[in-house]
Amino acid sequence: MRYLPLSDADRSEMLAVVGASSIDDLFCDVPEELRLKGPIEGLPMHASELAVERHMTALSRKNMVAGEVPFFLGCGAYRHHVPASVDHIIQRGEFLTSYTPYQPEIAQGTLQLLFEFQTQVARLFGCEVANASMYDGSTAMWEAIGMARRITRRTKSVISSGVHPHYVRVAETMAKFTGDMLDMALPELDAATDAERLIASIDGETSAVVVQYPDILGRITDLTPIAEGAHAAGALLIAVVTEPVALGLIKSPGEMGADIVVGEGQSIGVGLQFGGPYVGLFACRENHVRQMPGRLAGETVDAEGKRGFVLTLSTREQHIRREKATSNICTSSVLCAMAFTAHLTLLGEKGLRQLASLNHARAREAAERLSAIPGVELVNDAFFNEFTLKLPVEARPAVHAMVEKGVLGGVSLGRLYPGERTLQNGLVVAVTETVTDADIDAFEAALKEAVR
Amino acid sequence: MTVNPSGWRPSAPANEQGESETVTGNRALMLEEPLIFEIGSTEQTGVDFTQIPQRASRLGGLERSRPIGLPGLSEPEMVRHYTRLSRQNYAIDMGLFPLGSCTMKHNPRLNEKIARLPGFADVHPLQPQETVQGALQVINELAFWLLDLTGMYGVAMSPKAGAHGELCGLLCIRAALEARGDKREVVLVPESAHGTNPATAAFAGYRVESIPANSAGRVDLDALKSRLGPDVAAVMITNPNTCGLFEPDMIAISEAVHGAGAFVYCDGANFNAIVGKVRPGDLGIDAMHINLHKTFSTPHGGGGPGSGPVVLSEALAPYGPLPFAAKYPDGSYRLVEEEHAADEHPGAFGRMVAFHGQMGMFTRALAYILSHGADGLKQVAEDAVLNANYILRSLEDVLDAPFAASGPCMHEAIFSDKGFAEGLSTIDLAKALIDEGFHPMTMYFPLVVHGAMLIEPTETESKATLDQFIAAARSIAGRAKAGDPSLKAAPVHAPRRRLDETLAARKPVLVYREPEAAQ
Repeated sequence: MRYLPLSDADRSEMLAVVGASSIDDLFCDVPEELRLKGPIEGLPMHASELAVERHMTALSRKNMVAGEVPFFLGCGAYRHHVPASVDHIIQRGEFLTSYTPYQPEIAQGTLQLLFEFQTQVARLFGCEVANASMYDGSTAMWEAIGMARRITRRTKSVISSGVHPHYVRVAETMAKFTGDMLDMALPELDAATDAERLIASIDGETSAVVVQYPDILGRITDLTPIAEGAHAAGALLIAVVTEPVALGLIKSPGEMGADIVVGEGQSIGVGLQFGGPYVGLFACRENHVRQMPGRLAGETVDAEGKRGFVLTLSTREQHIRREKATSNICTSSVLCAMAFTAHLTLLGEKGLRQLASLNHARAREAAERLSAIPGVELVNDAFFNEFTLKLPVEARPAVHAMVEKGVLGGVSLGRLYPGERTLQNGLVVAVTETVTDADIDAFEAALKEAVR
Repeated sequence: MTVNPSGWRPSAPANEQGESETVTGNRALMLEEPLIFEIGSTEQTGVDFTQIPQRASRLGGLERSRPIGLPGLSEPEMVRHYTRLSRQNYAIDMGLFPLGSCTMKHNPRLNEKIARLPGFADVHPLQPQETVQGALQVINELAFWLLDLTGMYGVAMSPKAGAHGELCGLLCIRAALEARGDKREVVLVPESAHGTNPATAAFAGYRVESIPANSAGRVDLDALKSRLGPDVAAVMITNPNTCGLFEPDMIAISEAVHGAGAFVYCDGANFNAIVGKVRPGDLGIDAMHINLHKTFSTPHGGGGPGSGPVVLSEALAPYGPLPFAAKYPDGSYRLVEEEHAADEHPGAFGRMVAFHGQMGMFTRALAYILSHGADGLKQVAEDAVLNANYILRSLEDVLDAPFAASGPCMHEAIFSDKGFAEGLSTIDLAKALIDEGFHPMTMYFPLVVHGAMLIEPTETESKATLDQFIAAARSIAGRAKAGDPSLKAAPVHAPRRRLDETLAARKPVLVYREPEAAQ
């Protein structure tokens, strides 16, 4: 077996050292009747690398590859070009095959990289500090709600109707068990967001207001009035960013007064991967850092006075605090954070602005073309690289009809909000730098036919 | 697992050995590297864009007006920066990484290749399901392997890591109890448990109580039985436990827990010891997470991403989370989401993540499982246990092994710092191992053993590597007992000497600030 270095001779020699007559002697604590006598029946035996590669490749071919067709899906996962050098960096064995940096003297690579990641995330979000990553955007949002509860000692959160419905589901699931109250609503196919409802819903019991920016329909709106409304009542503003590339062009939530900014980092460096692994981003004000979940890399010095980095403030964490920890998270998403940081370092501020400008320009062009189709309306006034169309027909069958034409033409709101009648004609369309003129042509033609 | 209960802080090095300074601060292959904020520029970029169309924006007046402060590097500079940083890391690719309970085994490169096939890597989670049949089939095939290997009834694939899997299991338990109108408030956790266990129980809204270990390093069955009652929702057991021992009373534990109307949660972090040898389903376990990034070789990546599917008993499976991939009689696959839950999975406790779990880890784990097959996986457990026992018996005469007399260990061997000279502790032995070219073992965990050293070699280490490690550990153990003060200065050959963790925590510096702005 190619992954096992021991030979039969090694095994015999080692058994002799151990003082066991057979390998089964070492399993003597397992009650005899429960020990399996041979390999589990009905399962395949070991296979060559070639055979495994064939099987897996055949499975991969049953999927429609985003990069091979006109592709316009977003809603929390975005297809951007990831430069080859980014994947090269995260495939280096020193990063790929290392562990959580518990021994900092021999983990400075990971630790310094995480310190760079934290700084990038904090600056991008307009916050003072950021942690070393969470599982993904949806779990980061729930952790932010929990953090706001600990800070404010209140349990009611007002959630914008523009937050990704899957993120809301995650929060709703957890709230059932923690006793948090969530004030939620369905979005409307309208250019205006529910900022007024949010502000009106804030009261003395409110722990946090949660908004997504840009939101699930691609709308962008000034968060300042919401932040002011929250702060006036002693509540926090949590902003959720699922498309961080947008922040190359538009104001950060932190600049507009958000106290905690969380997000999904997938769109920078990580790739689609059918939903995971992704990387949760988590940033906040410095005075709240001791209530923050997750790992933190911090700067210090070694015994010779040289700068170095360690995991720090671990008295917040489960391995020290156990049931009193700020979160149960242990393993997070460091390798994806590394990809995020390598990609963002390659872009730099100049490249990020260019990338964001290109996305916005492509999206504007597509929005004009598609909303010119008879019966199709553009819902958004303002948007970045994602917008919502109101079709004259239900969007869900239209999406399937476009697949028949070889076009992956957006996410129907029927998929995200099954059964909600007012939303069935909504189609959310994301347009990134990867979209070509020919892609827009094909999408336009397919959509025209689908709505006819 | 690094904790420093003694409050020890690094001081000036004890043995300088007259190293000469270099102009650059580099020492041959040991290269210093600044932060990107010190070498990059916001005007530099390593990405070329073809022409950007000039169009009026539709950003609602929210254009950024202030600089962000993100430095860029050209491609050669970026590659060099992170390559130089990477070389300051130790990794399983470089040598033995025997962190107990972490299962640092070789990460096959076939898995990396498979995960990057466009049909897996370049697929959107919300694509219409007729376009992702292969992805759903991968999830389904892996799910069935996990069920067969564990002898359990159902599996939730979406949890993102071990602790997330624990949470999934406990929420299933809570949902099952609530479904029968049973309000229970307490989860019992052994003293030796991983910190995530009590943290998860608290996160799920339970009160945590500790149950003691007996002198043989196992759960004290009598103490457990006497604590069980109508307020106990679940007992979280790690088996094999964090002392590297199988709980021989597991069946009795399960029967007692079930008899009291509670559920058995098993932390599956140590499944590598028993995969293919014994099935958790035969031990009376109701829920167990499986760390794909431990037992099934997906890379740890410096702290994730992981993946923590949870296998469930027949009693708990009806409450597992959405979504999941199901196979239908016509051979097609479909995600069961909220939309179909009322018909197909009405008991679901809810949703844990935005999408469908760690697909990139599923492809890697399935490639690994198919490579080993049923026969290879059994051999994995046997070799992992043999390697650990070889270390136990090769070091027990020089290091105190608190449970060695009670019989063999499973996949990891535990030692204590008993017998070390005054002033020396586990951390000193660990840091000296760094100088010998090894990653240290898990230190000071579990808490039930004084100065614990938990060594898990895994099955992917050769006898030659183990012999070299044993020789180094024996030598250092001798120095620790003799009171060799130079151990306090270790490591001296690593990229950094011991780092001041107290300073880092007392004055946290968590982001870079430009020198002029640092005031």
